[in-house]
Parts: sequence; C-alpha cells; structure tokens
Amino acid sequence: MAKKKPTDMKKLIKQQAQDVKEKILAGKKPDMKFPLRALSNVRYRPGVGYFELKGRKKERTLTVGTVKTFAQTLRMMAFSKDLVEIDDIATKREAYYVSKNWGPARFNEQPESDTVIDDVEALFQVNREQLGFIPEEKGGDVAGKLVVVDKDRDTGKKLKIDCTKFGSGAYSIPISVEDLGFETQAEFILAIETAGMFQRLVKHNYWKKANCILVSMGGVPTRACRRFIRRLSDEKKIPVYVFVDCDPYGIGNIYRTLKVGSGNAAHINEFFCVPRAKFLGITPDDIEHYKLPTHPLKEVDVKRAKDALKNDPFVQHHKQWQKAFSKLISMGVRAEQQALAKWGLNYVIDTYLPEKLAQTEKFLP
Amino acid sequence: MPPRKKTTKKQATKQVGRKGREKTVEMIEASGTAQKRPLSAAERMASKQREISISEFFTKNRHLLGFDNPQKALLTTVKEAVDNSLDACEEARILPDLSISIQDKGENRFVVTVVDNGPGIVHAQIRKIFGKLLYGSKFHRLKQSRGQQGIGISAAGMYSQLTTGKPVVIISRTRKDRPAHRLEIKIDTRRNAPEVLSDTNVDWPETFDTGTRVEMEIEGVYRGGKRSVDQYIEQTAIANPHAHISYLNPKGDLLDYKRLSDELPRESIEIKPHPHGVELGALMNMLKETASRDVKGALIRDFSRVSDKVAEGICDAAGISPKGRPKQLRPEQVESLHRAMAAAKLMSPPTNCLVPIGEELVQLGLEKGTQADFFTSATRTPSVYRGNPFLVEAGIAWGGGLPADELCTLYRFANRVPLQYQQSDCAITKAVMDTDWRKYKVSQARGALPSGPMVILVHVVSVWVPFTSESKEAIARYPEIVKEIRLALQICGRRLSHYLSARKKAAEEGRKHSYIETYLPHIGIALKDILSLSEQQEKQILIKLKDTLERSRKFV
Repeated sequence: MAKKKPTDMKKLIKQQAQDVKEKILAGKKPDMKFPLRALSNVRYRPGVGYFELKGRKKERTLTVGTVKTFAQTLRMMAFSKDLVEIDDIATKREAYYVSKNWGPARFNEQPESDTVIDDVEALFQVNREQLGFIPEEKGGDVAGKLVVVDKDRDTGKKLKIDCTKFGSGAYSIPISVEDLGFETQAEFILAIETAGMFQRLVKHNYWKKANCILVSMGGVPTRACRRFIRRLSDEKKIPVYVFVDCDPYGIGNIYRTLKVGSGNAAHINEFFCVPRAKFLGITPDDIEHYKLPTHPLKEVDVKRAKDALKNDPFVQHHKQWQKAFSKLISMGVRAEQQALAKWGLNYVIDTYLPEKLAQTEKFLP
Repeated sequence: MPPRKKTTKKQATKQVGRKGREKTVEMIEASGTAQKRPLSAAERMASKQREISISEFFTKNRHLLGFDNPQKALLTTVKEAVDNSLDACEEARILPDLSISIQDKGENRFVVTVVDNGPGIVHAQIRKIFGKLLYGSKFHRLKQSRGQQGIGISAAGMYSQLTTGKPVVIISRTRKDRPAHRLEIKIDTRRNAPEVLSDTNVDWPETFDTGTRVEMEIEGVYRGGKRSVDQYIEQTAIANPHAHISYLNPKGDLLDYKRLSDELPRESIEIKPHPHGVELGALMNMLKETASRDVKGALIRDFSRVSDKVAEGICDAAGISPKGRPKQLRPEQVESLHRAMAAAKLMSPPTNCLVPIGEELVQLGLEKGTQADFFTSATRTPSVYRGNPFLVEAGIAWGGGLPADELCTLYRFANRVPLQYQQSDCAITKAVMDTDWRKYKVSQARGALPSGPMVILVHVVSVWVPFTSESKEAIARYPEIVKEIRLALQICGRRLSHYLSARKKAAEEGRKHSYIETYLPHIGIALKDILSLSEQQEKQILIKLKDTLERSRKFV
C-alpha cells in the first residue's frame, strides 16, 4: 500500500485555471474550494491508521476584497506549473523571493506566501514537493543497519549509502525520499525524539547490539522524515518503535503526528504517517517503575493534555491513551528521555531499552 | 449692650491673636481709644459702615465684569464698545458699519477706538452713559439685545481711568446738519457721577452722517489665538452678517469683514415679563411702580399673557381682592400672589420678539469664517425657560483646512455676541458634550467635546439670556435651554452624518476601483501563463471579470 501515485500536476493546475476562466467568461465570480486544514476537520480511521479529511471546505470567491489573494494564488499556481515543467524545485523562501517580481501582487512577508503554498497544496490534495516547493527544514538523521539506494545526480548510476559507515556522524534524510531504495536486515526502527539521546545510542553502537536502525526526529518529525520511515517500514516490513519524552508534547504532538498525521496537512496524511508505529516510552508507568526524576507539568502542558483528551480523534479512539493522558495530568509531572541517566549514563542501553524491547506487546498503540 | 466682661474676654482673645498676626493691630487700637466708655458691638460696627465707593466696588469685583486680567480687560473693553455700537445701529434701523482699532502705545498701554455709523447720542445723555455705572436703557426691559445691564461701557471707562488715569473721549453726531460733540469724561468714583473734563463742538471726522466714536486708553495685554480680540471680532462678523467691520489690530494688520447680507435683521420686540418668570423682588418693585390702581389692572397691564379672567383667577388663588391697591399689598400677600402667578395656567410668552440670525446666514457666516468642505445649520422654533422666550441656532463646518486630530472648535454666541471665556461652565458646552456624536460618525471621548476637523456654532437668543455672571461669559444651564441646544445640534449632526457616509461610500468606491485596477492584471498574467492564452483571450477575460466585479455591490 501507500505507493504514491504519480500525479500529473500540470493537468491539475490547468483544470483549475480552466474552471476559473470559464466562470469568468460566463459572467460569474470564479471561486476555489480549499479543504479546511484543522484538527476539527479530520477523522481517525483505525482501519487504515491515519487521519482523514472530513471534507469541510472553505470557499474563496473572487470579490473585490479577495482579488489580491486570488491573484496571488493563481500566480503561485502558474509558478508551480513552470517548476513542474522544467523539473526544478524552489524552497518556500525562494518562492517568496520570486513573488517580488509580481509588482503589487508580491508578498510582503514569507508567512503570507507559505500560506498560499499550503492552500494550493491542499486544493490539489497533493504534497508541496509535487508542486515543486520544498521546505528548508532538515529531514532527520539515520544511523544503523541500513543501506539507502540513491542515484548519482550526474550519471544516474545507483549509489549505495551504508548507514553503518558514518562513524560518530549520521546519514541525513533528503527532502524528497520518493525514489530511494532500501536494503536492510534490521529487526526494528527506533525513532528518537532528541538528538542527544540519538548521539548516545550512536556513540555506543547500540544499533549493532540491537540490530536496528536509529532515526533522530528532532522534535515533531518533518514530512520527509515521516515519509522515509513509512516507506522503509512498509517495504521491509519492519516494526517502528518510538522513544520520546514523557509529556503531552512528546506523546500528543510528536508521536501522534508520526503515527497518524496532523490536522494541518490532513490532505496528505495518507502518505505522511507511519500507522505501524508503536510507543516504546517513556510512558507514565515508566516514571513510577524506574523512579525517574521529574519536573512539574507546566500550565501549557496541562492545557495540551486536556485538549488532546477533548479534541484529538486519535486519543479519543484509544482507551489506553486516554488513561495515559489522565494519569499524566493527575501525576502532574513530566520526565525527559535523558532522565534515565540518573541510574548511570548507559542505563538506557544496558537496562531500559532491553527490558522494554523484551515486551513489545506491551507498547502503547 | 453686652456685659463688660464679655468685651474684655474678646479683647483678651484678640491680644493673643496679635502676637501671631499683624492684621489685627488696627482693630485693637481702635477699641483701645474708647477706654472711658466701651463701645457696643453695634456702635463699633457702625463706625466702619460707610458708603462703598463705586471704584472700590469695581476694583474688588472686576472679575465679575470681565476685567480680571490685562488680556481679558482688553477684550472686554473692545467687546463692550462693539456691543453698544451694534445695538444702537440696529435699534435705529441702520446697517452697521464699524471700525475698530487697537493701537499699541508701549508699556502695556493700548488705545481702543470704536467708531460706528449709528444714530449718535444726544448731547445730554453722553455724560450719563459713559460717566455713570449702571445707567442704561436695557436693564428695565425684556428685549433681545446685546447689552443687558448698563454696566459694560462705563465699566470699561472706569477700568481705563483706574489703570491709565485717562478720560474716555467721545465724539458723537446725531444729525447731519449739527456739529459733533466731543466730550472727555471721567467718573467721579465717590458719587458715581460723570465728571466732564472738556465739552466742545468739533468737525465730524467721519464720512457717514451720524454716529459715535469712543476712545479709551487702557492697560492691557494683546495676544493672538484662542480667546483673543482678533477671534472675538472674527466671530462677531460671523454672527452679524449684516455688519461691515474693519479692524486694525495692534500689529498694524487691517482686517476687513465684508457685509454678507444687506438686510437688517427684523427689529426685536420688547415684551412684558411673563408671570412664570418674574422674581419675587422684581414683582414687589413692579407693584410699587405700577401705573394701575388695582391689582387686577396691574397684572393685566404689566405682564404678558394675562387676560381679565386669568388675572381674576390669580387673585382668587392668592386670596387677594382684585380691586386691592397694588401699593398697599403686605409682603406676605405679595408672596402668595407670586405663588399664584407661578402656578397659573398661561399661554407661553410671545415668541415673535426673537430675531435669530437665520439658517442661511449662519451657514454663510461659517462659509466665510472657516476653511471647511461641508456646512450646515439649523434654527429651532422658539421655546420658553422660566417665562422667558428663547431660541437656539446651531451650525457645523466640517473638513477642509480644519485641524483633524484635535477637539472641535466651539463658537458660542448669545444674542449675536461671541462668548470667549468660561467655556466649561456654559450650557452650550454641556449640550455639545451631552450629544452622542459617535452616532453621527464623529469621534468623541466620554464626557468630552467631539474631535475632528469641525467647528460647532451655537447661538442662544433670548429677551433675557441667563448668564452665570455679570461678565456674560457663560450661559446658565437651564434644562430647557440645554435640551433645545441639543435638538439643534442633532439636526446638524444628522446632516453631517449623511455627508460623511456619502463621502465614505465614494472613498470606498474609489478604493474598490483601484484595488481592481491593481490586482486584476495578475489574474490575467497567471491564467495566460497556465493556459497558454493569446493576448486577445487574456484581454477578453479581464474585461469580462472587471465588469462582473464592478457590478457587484458588495465589497467583500
């Protein structure tokens, strides 16, 4: 599943433009319908394992008041068509600078152009990379038992990248992972929240010991990172375990987004989530079991947890997660991954991970 | 006579006071001289009771008359002379032609000269009018006029005399074929009587046939800006569009305010007091001085709106015989008569006695006097407070060169006289603040004047304008007056609001148009690019789209 169908972007853009043109010639005000990008407009489909758009849309009709945004959206679509035609890419910031040629229709700040790009993406229900737009964000780091098969940009020849050979460094996930191939015998993928924990595991060659692939997400995983883990785990049928801080952000934002996607990018969640991901830790139970040092939950943490219980379709679907969130709120504390260092720097390698991995069936969904 | 002990006790306390306060010295010495037989309190008090000279009274109460500081004194002097001139011209049915000059003599001394083309003053009256305080024709009557009390011009003369020692110089001619009289007059301040220093016949120096020229040298301070003489004259010109006023200010600038209307305002009519408005003391005086032999006759003859039947009803209610002699009524009888008069059901006083400037001329005056874009005005029908008829006019000038981010400018007038001081105490200010200007799209902070590029003009006309003090700077806040002012302002406010919405709509149309002009081409460029259109097709799309958008009324 989840092989992304190649979409004829040019055709989609032309169709939309044609529709606008015809409405204008018919003497009507043209409009475009954008799906509403918010958590309130998604539903969780356990069968396929990700958030899906519910179909509520906002309509942007061309009026005197919206003529500027409307013109900008069309010009952005025209720019995207050009990019696709010549098979080039532009970062979102570059796209913003290109708009400086548009006279009065130019963007004054990058957030304005980012919003228009996100709208166009959602309009066509595609990934912005398909439109030729790429983010500046880093994809994430990989180390361990994996060979990534890429292509040499000049010769087109296969390029095998062995992720065991980066020493104390790591392989960096590229913006577009669609054409990568994989060779691996690893038993599981370990997705880690912080670069610090990733460094510790890499330094001590934990991947060798556990026969796994280590991925550093660096907070909420980027689309590329999510897509990379998804394709890798799908193709090689490897389980994905997620290791994050025990707080509402680590669970509700980082883990939830990796597993089922986000409200904002719901139109592409189908491809940018990892439904087979499981939650290794740190769980609220771990805090008690391992007697971890904690910090009190901040006001925003409590608000986030309550919000998740009330509004997040994923949490609402899983009793276990509701219990975990409730427990966290009642404990009133949070614990970081690196709190395990209290029992020795390598306690995580020698004790915590082996103990947890011995009972993968107990991982939270 | 109080017992002696008490007196000594008082002396003792006085002496205690002496150590601390020098002021009491005189008193103690005074009582010390009467050692043989101590004076009674009443006797001691009597020794200090004497006639207060008019100059003393004036010096102590100059603030009441508008001479509290040198800047204001200059304004008041000009104002009193101008008021008199305009009143005189109108009463004589002459289109006023005034020339005012203020000459700077240095060391804070100014010579104020006001010349009018009025009827002139009869020779025998000149000395009384200028040389006697509280002499005049206007105090005893109910008639719309600028002056009311007969205090003004002689007070200015008094001020001149006190500050510079110079007499008032008057030249006046009452007939073309007669010589002009020139008098130099001072006030004998002890007797409140004129003292004529010189009285000669001179050649009439002006071009018109009759008129009066008054010259006074006073101590003062000249400043421009708010509450200045310059502003007073500018506003006088607005409120008196039938007058031609030329003004030479101390800087030597000659300002000429042309006549805007060749029509004299209708003559205001003197009316008798209305029973609802008369004070008890005034009633007592009227009854004493009436020419009627019985009470009923006095009521009918001396008051307005009292018929035979009404007079009998009042007498009946007061328990007084209609045939009784007015001069012989006991004080308590006058009191019950007063109560009965106040309670009687009566027609309102006649209101045709009032002469407003008129909507058209108020607007014309604002157009001449301010650099604005929009003008409106409203004249209300007459109304009554305490038995006195009055009416209110209002006008608004908006936009143009008026300062946009300040509080509005308020022009207050009473019987065509601009009011410059004590704005915050005035009924007009209260009414302007009480009006909800935000309803008319004008911004206004709570409890403040509205702000914006606006001049508000309010004119209160009455046979007796209730000023808060003798200097006539603020109108007392009778609820009836405040209400009428508010109603007049609301009429103007509504018209202003219409104008502002029309302007806003036009601005929005313009914005809409420019918005379309600016961004539409980009829709064309994008569609042409995506769909590989020809220039012709692009043009066709844009024409069609522009048409669709401009036809749509809604902005969003």
